[in-house]
Amino acid sequence: MELVMSAAIGVLGGCGVWLVLRPRTFQVVMGLSLMSYAVNLFIFSMGSLSIDAEPIIVPGVPPDLAHYTDPMPQALVLTAIVIGFAMTALFLVVLLASRGLTGTDHVDGAEDPDDAPPGAAVAIDTTPAADREHA
Amino acid sequence: MSLALLLALPFVGSVAAALLPTNARNTAATWTTAVALACVVQFGLMFPEVRDGGVLRQSFHWVPDMGLEFSIRMDGFAWMFAMLISGIGTLVAVYARYYMSPADPVPRFFSLFLAFMGAMQGIVLSGNLIQLVFFWELTSLFSFLLIGYWHHRSDARRGARMALVVTGTGGLCLFAGVLLLGRIVGSYDLDAVLGAREVIHSHPLYPPMLVLVLLGALTKSAQFPFQFWLPRAMAAPTPVSAYLHSATMVKAGVFLLARLWPVLAQSELWFWVVTGAGALSLLLAAYAAMFQNDLKRLLAYSTISHLGLITLLLGLNSELAAVAAVFHIMNHATFKASLFMAAGVIDHETGTRDIRRLDGLYKVMPITGTLALVASAAMAGVPLLNGFLSKEMFFSETVYLSSYPWVELALPLIATLAGIFAVVYALRFSFDIFFGPLSTDLPREPHEPARWMRVPIELLVLACLVVGVAPAWSVGAFLDAAALPVVGGTLPEFSLAVWHGFNAPFAMSLVAMAGGIAGYLLLAPLLESGRLRRVPIMDRFDGRRLFDRSLVALGALSRGGVRVAGTRRLQMQLLWVVVACLVAAFAALQGHGVGWGDRPRVPASLEFVLLWSIGIACAIGAAVQAKFHRLAALMMMAVAGLVVCLTFAWFSAPDLALTQLAVEVVTTVLFLLGLRWLPKRIPEAVRHPTLRDRARRGRDLAIALAAGGGLAALSYAMLTRLAPQSISPFFLSHALPEGGGTNVVNVMLVDFRSLDTLGEITVLGAVALAVYALLRRFRPPRESVEAPRQQRVLPADLKTDLVNPRTAPDTALGYLVVPAVLSRLILPIAGLVAVHLFMRGHNQPGGGFVAGLVVAIALIAQYMVAGTLWVEQRMNPHPVRWIAAGLALAVLTGLGALAWGYPFLTTHTAHVALPLVGEVHVPSAILFDIGVFAAVIGATLLILIALAHQSIRATRKPATAEAGGG
Repeated sequence: MELVMSAAIGVLGGCGVWLVLRPRTFQVVMGLSLMSYAVNLFIFSMGSLSIDAEPIIVPGVPPDLAHYTDPMPQALVLTAIVIGFAMTALFLVVLLASRGLTGTDHVDGAEDPDDAPPGAAVAIDTTPAADREHA
Repeated sequence: MSLALLLALPFVGSVAAALLPTNARNTAATWTTAVALACVVQFGLMFPEVRDGGVLRQSFHWVPDMGLEFSIRMDGFAWMFAMLISGIGTLVAVYARYYMSPADPVPRFFSLFLAFMGAMQGIVLSGNLIQLVFFWELTSLFSFLLIGYWHHRSDARRGARMALVVTGTGGLCLFAGVLLLGRIVGSYDLDAVLGAREVIHSHPLYPPMLVLVLLGALTKSAQFPFQFWLPRAMAAPTPVSAYLHSATMVKAGVFLLARLWPVLAQSELWFWVVTGAGALSLLLAAYAAMFQNDLKRLLAYSTISHLGLITLLLGLNSELAAVAAVFHIMNHATFKASLFMAAGVIDHETGTRDIRRLDGLYKVMPITGTLALVASAAMAGVPLLNGFLSKEMFFSETVYLSSYPWVELALPLIATLAGIFAVVYALRFSFDIFFGPLSTDLPREPHEPARWMRVPIELLVLACLVVGVAPAWSVGAFLDAAALPVVGGTLPEFSLAVWHGFNAPFAMSLVAMAGGIAGYLLLAPLLESGRLRRVPIMDRFDGRRLFDRSLVALGALSRGGVRVAGTRRLQMQLLWVVVACLVAAFAALQGHGVGWGDRPRVPASLEFVLLWSIGIACAIGAAVQAKFHRLAALMMMAVAGLVVCLTFAWFSAPDLALTQLAVEVVTTVLFLLGLRWLPKRIPEAVRHPTLRDRARRGRDLAIALAAGGGLAALSYAMLTRLAPQSISPFFLSHALPEGGGTNVVNVMLVDFRSLDTLGEITVLGAVALAVYALLRRFRPPRESVEAPRQQRVLPADLKTDLVNPRTAPDTALGYLVVPAVLSRLILPIAGLVAVHLFMRGHNQPGGGFVAGLVVAIALIAQYMVAGTLWVEQRMNPHPVRWIAAGLALAVLTGLGALAWGYPFLTTHTAHVALPLVGEVHVPSAILFDIGVFAAVIGATLLILIALAHQSIRATRKPATAEAGGG
């Protein structure tokens, strides 16, 4: 189980990092989501992997980690999940606004000058560059 | 009134003045005068308590952990300064009422003025050195704002910036010096410092500490070589100059020197640095003042010179000299304030400050002329005026000093020479402009100013006269009280008499008078004819040029640094963040390695392996497809999210699984709504990747592999070890008895860590509002304005169920009939589920978060199948009100604990016996959880509805309409 779990965290994290380093805004947002999965799992697994452990207090059972699942990482991750949702929503809307204003979905709000293909038909807004500067 | 209230009064007054309407000149001026006058009266009444070495103290806890107290301390010296600051402040406020034009935003002026006054009083009343530095920097800041008051003028902006840079940097040096001083003494308390003379002098850090403190004081007092900022600060309104030059700002520097004189003085280093800077400032500034043609600049140089005199006196390491310095601080404040005001009157009534153009003004403004003549005579040190007395004391100090032979010779010479120069510039200020034929080409017809504009000058000049004629009677007691703390215990013998007989100092005065008159007669024609435009010799050694050059060089350096090391490209920034994390992580492993632990492994099950095979495949798929196939990537990411959700359930975390599931639904809906406005990327349209692109991708892949591998290794290492120390058992054992619930995770969220949760729902609300605000101004890209292709392929006249949602009255009429009916049916059931989840949350998996999300999902389902218009015709969910109500409830619940004397957010469990139901535990945390519930509903709905509303908004023209032109 430990091996599977750590492999899962590694893959999610690696995919997240790869996407975050990409030039397109949607890729970055997806990357952040994947990274937050990885981090949430990582924090969660700090509380040890316990199958069929009791998450709810049962009268008579001694209150220690041998008899219950660890509540602390769970409480932390619960907060993180909701905050992660809020951040994803914000990034998504920023992404949309940026695409609408700049006419490109490049993370810098302008196509990389080194990459601009000569006369390529990339879906680029026709707004003059000067307008884009002030947008 | 207590000292603390007195200290706070100007600041309170400042805020009040700032709130006045822009044209409330009279109200603002009256208010400011009243505040300043109240300070004068209150301080005045305190005199008996400080007169014989008494000290008034008041202190509050500030940072008790670091031993810092906010302490206010007033001894005789601080009292004298406080009186000067508030007294001259009152007069300047009256004067400014008439000086300022009604066209200026006068309340802003008075607001800044009061704040500056408060900061100055903060310096002199500080009983703690850190606190003193704080107020010190505050005066730099407010003087910056005051000097730059007319911010439309470039000279005002430049002068203000220069003042801020010089005095602010000096303040930082002072801060460093004070930190050293506090380290040497072991306390920042002024009383402790003043009692630690021996320790300070014998400490090896004494020289660097002294130099740093002196840098602070000398920059503030505009002493050589930092004098250049003061003449440029002349761009300020004249009342500001009058205040800055007389009782405040530059006086803060000499205040500090005098304040720390008992513990820092009496060393060689002190003598050379302080006396040297003072003597150079005294002489050079007096020399430069002679050649100025602007009334205010002349006075500015004279201020530097007089401050130099005070500094020089303090540097002499003699107690008598220190007393003379205190006396001259008082005298200089009175005559310099009146002179500036007179200069302001002349400028105000004639329209110019050019000495060459002004002549014979005595004929048209005799009263102002008389006042200015008396005040400048005091400045020159004419007998029977206050300036004469302190100047005599200064002369005698230079004569009777015992030091190296050349110093004993040079100091009286410098003093006499400076005296000659002072007479020359005083004559230029007074005789030159008031006598002779009246100028005819002035911008305005000169006449006497308004009655009350003159009153402050009259009072100040009267003070000069009274002190000059009867010093012992008028200021003797005040000077004794003020000088006593400076010399530290016992006052030396001195006599405040007008006539000491014919002695060396008097002879020096006579020489200065005669030399000054002769010098004036020589110099005046040269200046008047315009043959001398610059200050001879001195002009080349201008600190300003050095200052400007170093600013330019610094700017160029930082721009170069940004060019070399900075980037505006997000990719590079993220790359470096990731690389830095990797390097830090691997560096931490140096010498240890990761190493697996020997904790008993949980046996793997086939199902779990299969589950994560799918999860991993989906994650990789999402990473690969996110560029061109966003929908596919989104699906796959959602699957990975579900696998995460199942993992939570697998490892006994039902709460997490529930929340993750709900969030996953909401996130997916959110992305689907958003993707509608993100134009497709077409793979065919993108050029073939170059070698460079491949290299870049290779690099990123390597980094991603390293990060993923590192994360995997790290988590494996953690998972295989035991973590013996944990605070979790605390929560397990306290959840039921103290939190009143058996679901430990929920109890932690709404009880133990409720402050975190409060912060979290606040963030959620803020994000929702930010999303709403961003989308209000949202302009979708042209390519996505038209209806999607699937809707466009249908001919307009086609009879079909697939109705365009923009035109259909109810989307549930057509092909969405079944989902629509189902979703409407589900709404009440979802509500019931939410209530159930909420109610049991404290004892079983569930809680406010999940319940809120369930309600939000049920509502958004209505929007999706029935359309925004249909839903909003029937109900308006008012998400913002939900957010507000939720946050308010959560905060109020927390505040409720305060009412019973418990800390914020303490919970209480009530035992209520209900009929039929029996005894029920009602923890106050349940109210908090209702707040969370409401805030989550509101925030989620606001975000989703704001996005959904985009499709019914009027948008800009579709791309095709403009394709020809673009």
